Amino acid sequence: MLERPQTSGSAQTLPGLQGEMTMQVALMVPCYIDMFYPHVGIATLELLERLGVDVIYPKEQTCCGQPMANSGCYEEARATEEHCARVFGSFDCVVTPSGSCTHHIRNKFTAGADSPEKQNLVRNTYDLVEFLHDVLKIREFPWATFEHKVALHTSCSAIRGLNMASMSERVHDSVFSKPKALLSRVPGVEFVEFERVDECCGFGGTFAATEEAVSARMGYDKLAFMQKALPDCIVSSDMSCLMHLQGCARRQKQDIPFYHLAEILNGVSL
Amino acid sequence: MSSPVDQAKNAEKFLADTVHEERLDKLLWAMRMRRDAAARQVPEWEELRTLASEIKEHTLSNLSQYLLQFEARAAANGMIVHWARDAHEHNQIVYEILAEQGIEALVKSKSMLTEECELRPFLERRGIRVTETDLGERIQQLDDQPPGHIIGPSIHKTTKDVAVLFSQKYGSDPNNEDAAYLAGVMRENTRPDILKARAGMTGANFVVAETGAIVVATNEGNADLSAHTPLLHICSVGIEKIIPTTESLAVFVRLLTRSATGDTITQYTSTFRGPRQGATMHVILVDNGRSARLGMKRFWHSLKCIRCAACMNTCPVYRRSGGLSYGSTYMGPIGIIMMPTFEIRKYSELPFASTLNGSCTNVCPVKIDIHEADLRVAGSHGGERPNPSRKKGGHAGRRQSAQPSGALPNRDGHTVSRTGSPATLRRLQPPECMGQAQGRPGGRQGNISRMV
Repeated sequence: MLERPQTSGSAQTLPGLQGEMTMQVALMVPCYIDMFYPHVGIATLELLERLGVDVIYPKEQTCCGQPMANSGCYEEARATEEHCARVFGSFDCVVTPSGSCTHHIRNKFTAGADSPEKQNLVRNTYDLVEFLHDVLKIREFPWATFEHKVALHTSCSAIRGLNMASMSERVHDSVFSKPKALLSRVPGVEFVEFERVDECCGFGGTFAATEEAVSARMGYDKLAFMQKALPDCIVSSDMSCLMHLQGCARRQKQDIPFYHLAEILNGVSL
Repeated sequence: MSSPVDQAKNAEKFLADTVHEERLDKLLWAMRMRRDAAARQVPEWEELRTLASEIKEHTLSNLSQYLLQFEARAAANGMIVHWARDAHEHNQIVYEILAEQGIEALVKSKSMLTEECELRPFLERRGIRVTETDLGERIQQLDDQPPGHIIGPSIHKTTKDVAVLFSQKYGSDPNNEDAAYLAGVMRENTRPDILKARAGMTGANFVVAETGAIVVATNEGNADLSAHTPLLHICSVGIEKIIPTTESLAVFVRLLTRSATGDTITQYTSTFRGPRQGATMHVILVDNGRSARLGMKRFWHSLKCIRCAACMNTCPVYRRSGGLSYGSTYMGPIGIIMMPTFEIRKYSELPFASTLNGSCTNVCPVKIDIHEADLRVAGSHGGERPNPSRKKGGHAGRRQSAQPSGALPNRDGHTVSRTGSPATLRRLQPPECMGQAQGRPGGRQGNISRMV
């Protein structure tokens, strides 16, 4: 087992947690965010620190294993999942700005051997939105304003995997969205409504590579539905969907900015 | 041995034709919206889904018992019941029934099971002319294409496509795309076949164990014409179509059409209790891999399917790929988890035609867990995951191993033989089904009346 990293600064008391206990939060930055969107990882860290959370970034972290496992390559996913469990398994709370990584760890983390670290990680991993909305119960972001029209996309993993928002298929469920609830507390944010709001964007992890034509068509369609509503920008709590949509937008020479939710909550300006 | 169906490549071809792709996407999305609206009208919708799922799980867990009960009741009602281990036996039984009476022409209504068994080419090779009487199915027959959707076989075609096809086959006006006109052309051309036919064939949506009744749901009434006009009615039924009681039938009837098209019920929901006076009715109970599938940990739940196609209508991949891209009898989300159990190698890549978005699972009226990633492994290995299969392309490389087609290992590693007489099947089926179902998570025992 890896040694638990030393913390910097004094740990804060988190109001939403059991009693008045002090805890550390380990930040898991998804591999693709680390590679392609490091500023989203930085925004997440800054935001958590602004909120008084004692954040630890274990440097040995790599990937949660999702790309391999979702492709059916469980053997290949095993070592990665086991490494992930070793790196993060000793923390009381692991936060990651990714619904799909959280969904993978919480609901599909079956490739690696079972261990106390793994069970701990599965139990203690939160998507950033869940952590802010359900654990910290943060409702104010006084440092942020965003006077723009936002098309908010929530990933299928977040909706149907983590129940972070109601899904259109379940017609009798009450309508809610945790990402929207958070974003709506940033002064100036205006949401635009668009068609087929919870249809998949077409990314689907390795699906984007193996079923390129369908994946791209889905992305173009998603963009078209959003653009019809004339947003100033497209926002999501999953950067992987945005990576796909951004690629589609570039190919169509559409000039629209994309933001991870953490960036807006952290006070980014357009 | 057939090489794997390349759904991605087929989909790319379909997408290149934007007219058909956009139309299919819009049409089926509208169907999904109609399904949502219909479900909204039923406050207990989610309760019904749970109930339907539990009834199916209960029935599948006690399949042999209900099949035997059905057989006894159906026979008492005057039906002649046959058991077919596989597609070939099914086709042979149909052929022998027809040949015995010297019948050379058959009218039939739409049945995915007969597509699965490839009955039509089997009979045609033996000199029997088959007329499909469902409009969409007839269009596909004339165009020499399999169905592209399980309830709308020709839904990928425009009215223009149909007008051109009918003009070539029937000599009608190629420029008249009016749907009523085209339906009229079809009617004029198939009605004489129905009136002359000495044998009619239907599938079944449900068969009821306690009454020995067969239930067929259609919108065109063609199943009723096919069954009632000739003096011989042959009905093919997959063994998973059985439900315990008329009371449980009500649950499924409420869910089926609302899930499928958003209508409250089909135009015709016909119950056949036995042959009418002077007529003969044969029922063929077909296994064709179903018993083996019931023993597969990751695939058995696909047997709950009631063939409503809600999963296809909501699937963003299906709507943009077209049903024919799957190269299989069952397509879309349910197809990609069913087909590998028929022929592992050929359909090994179908489970990858999914973004794992989970919409299908949440519209499914019988709550089949359709979208789980596990199936991508199971898809190539008969329900277990000893070695990973690899999707070609991307970073995953080519798949490493292939199982021989035509023989599926069941959970105990035994291979289910494709040969055997109806007599051996008749003897083998009950214990086989029972033994496999009992160890299965989710299998429900007990009295069905407590659930409804």
